[in-house]
Amino acid sequence: MSCLIDDLGVAVSPDRVRAGHAELSLYRRDASNFDGSASVVCFPMTTAEVQAVVRVCVAHATPYVARGSGTGLAGGATPLDGAVVVSLAKMDRIISIDAQARQAWVEPGVLNLDLSKAVAHLGLHFAPDPSSQQSCTIGGNVANNSGGPHCLADGVTAAHIVALEVVLPEGDIVIIGGEDPDPDGLDLRGAFVGSEGMFGIATKICVRLTQNAPAVRTMLLDFDRVEDGAETVSAIIAAGMVPAALEMMDALCTRAVEEYIHAGLPTDAAAILLVEVAGLSHGLEDQVARIISIGKAHGARTVRVAQDEAERALLWKGRKTAFGAIARIKPNYYLHDTVVPRRKLPEVLNQVYEIAKRHDLLVMNVFHAGDGNLHPLLVFDKREPGVMERVHAAGEEIVRVSVAAGGVLSGEHGIGLEKRDFMPLMFSPVDLAAQAAMRAAFDPTGLANPTKVLPSPAACGDVHHVPEGAWI
Amino acid sequence: MDLNGFAAGVGDTAQGPVSIAGSSSRGGSVPGVRTVTAPAGIEWIQADEMIVSCGAGTLVAELDAALAEIGQSIALAPTGTVGGALSVGQSGIRRLGYGPLRDVLLQAHYISAAGDVVKAGGPTVKNVSGFDLCRLLVGSRGTLGFLGDVILRTRPLPAVSQWFSTTADPFATFAALYRPVSVLWDGETTWALLEGHANDVREQAAGAGLVETGGPPALPSTARWSLPPAQLHMLSTDTGFVAEIGVGVVHHSILQPARTLDPAVLALHQRLKEQFDPTARLNPGVDLFDI
Repeated sequence: MSCLIDDLGVAVSPDRVRAGHAELSLYRRDASNFDGSASVVCFPMTTAEVQAVVRVCVAHATPYVARGSGTGLAGGATPLDGAVVVSLAKMDRIISIDAQARQAWVEPGVLNLDLSKAVAHLGLHFAPDPSSQQSCTIGGNVANNSGGPHCLADGVTAAHIVALEVVLPEGDIVIIGGEDPDPDGLDLRGAFVGSEGMFGIATKICVRLTQNAPAVRTMLLDFDRVEDGAETVSAIIAAGMVPAALEMMDALCTRAVEEYIHAGLPTDAAAILLVEVAGLSHGLEDQVARIISIGKAHGARTVRVAQDEAERALLWKGRKTAFGAIARIKPNYYLHDTVVPRRKLPEVLNQVYEIAKRHDLLVMNVFHAGDGNLHPLLVFDKREPGVMERVHAAGEEIVRVSVAAGGVLSGEHGIGLEKRDFMPLMFSPVDLAAQAAMRAAFDPTGLANPTKVLPSPAACGDVHHVPEGAWI
Repeated sequence: MDLNGFAAGVGDTAQGPVSIAGSSSRGGSVPGVRTVTAPAGIEWIQADEMIVSCGAGTLVAELDAALAEIGQSIALAPTGTVGGALSVGQSGIRRLGYGPLRDVLLQAHYISAAGDVVKAGGPTVKNVSGFDLCRLLVGSRGTLGFLGDVILRTRPLPAVSQWFSTTADPFATFAALYRPVSVLWDGETTWALLEGHANDVREQAAGAGLVETGGPPALPSTARWSLPPAQLHMLSTDTGFVAEIGVGVVHHSILQPARTLDPAVLALHQRLKEQFDPTARLNPGVDLFDI
């Protein structure tokens, strides 16, 4: 039998197939720190090359993992058992932009923010804006159905993908979805978005572009009690407003960020809310007035309205650099991602604080409050003996209380390896079998990123722990 | 919601072919096949979460009326049952502003071909827990499973909602407006639906030279074309159509020229059907490619 690496060299080009120790170690994980092991990394540059790579993997019965920038946080792009890593990073062309139809075809390796920059002169942008948008790829956004602060009003990635060219796991190249609104048959496009690399590899992506808002107003409200901030969030939505973004940070996080960027954030507040409204001027002023009044009625101490673009950028910098700021407190953090009903935010946040306290851990909260999308950050120093067990136990409890409050396992990071074994918290064996049926239809070979998302059938009905060392 | 009773009615593969009946506003059940009906009724409305749970057999009109009372709505076509609207999956003429119908379904319990109650999705708007089975169910016309109950996302009713018209170029009108809810064109006249703050609606309309009108035009109902929005200008020599600018749906008085189907896409559909309904007992004979 021929050698896998030689065959991949024929499929792409020998200089774009790497199996050196140093390179493989770079690709053994994504941003989640779930360690795996790749046998080889290849860098196709065309759809035909991706197809050839997939066919080589099938011929060798070797699993493969598509990878963008590796910014995923759930282990979705971690190669297991010597899988072939298929890097789409070199497929980074914006193929076409149709300003009138507000659609663009891009290759999967295009960086999220690069696309928005490329269409800015047309008054358009790509709406999903994950915190990693400077470095994450559109292909990765498709795989994870990524969100971001501005997905509250405009929807997550699935709402912005109209068509995909996909190399299916058996090697066929198909277009699913379409530039037209109602392609015949099932919504295969919708099924593919968020399939975490297990349904095939997207090689071209047609995205919907969104009109830039003519005006934006950004406000910062601060509170003495976390509950007051959380209740303000619910009250704004209940009043019939859907702000462009509604983000919350608790005291510990606010202090860390302020020390880092000096934006004049109120460091004595228990919680701050960043609220952004966008649209036409009259509706905007009306919403600003109503939000201030709702905030005041719920105990907001002060309301700061950004006076210019520089001040707005500074307030957002505070939100978007929170993770960098946290590194100054402890060297390691574990970022969680669950969703709860908005009305349960105060209750679940209190539970998160109690859980962290019980496990003697620091927790900071910086999250998409308008979506009920919690991001508790457990911060720690992994050199401390026994700390990983506590981080592990606290993380599991946070997931459990979120689901018990009527929430879900993940709002935007995906399931990957991280939450695979928690799926039975939300889904029965019958529910999981239906998801496995989708996977089997798209990937009869079972070689596209196997062992992610779905727990092994033996684990159904019982929550098992993720592999040792996974929660680092 | 009596999902178990509904599941018992559907039965397992030993019970043979079965079709689901709503209120026959979209063609009805499969002739000559035993029928079942989904549970009906609104289970709860959470106004502050902007979500509603109801049986798939609930009438859209009943849901619309209940939501209107709390100042919210869902853009379901205003006839028949909720399950029927979702199973057919057609969006209304406000799709440009409200997004496609497929985005409103957050969670569903459906009855599988084996007669099991299966849950797809979850109760929150933001959710990436597992594969997106809900997207597959919307528009599947009961060929993968029969919807039992659903959780849908609602949206706030606007302060002002006003139709306008103009004889100006529809594409220029579309480009000039900020997030119009609907822009329609019949080859001569362009209609636009603007929503939001009264002053914004008035200023936008004035800026684009729009004149208030009573409502949208009557839509030809013979055929519903699906074209890339960039190709709509090619309709200018046609008559008897109303096109949704920026979307690409065309309500037409003649049938759309047949479209080619990629054999690999068809094979993928067949594999999904085999996985979900191996004996082809659910709505037998319904062909998703022959609407």
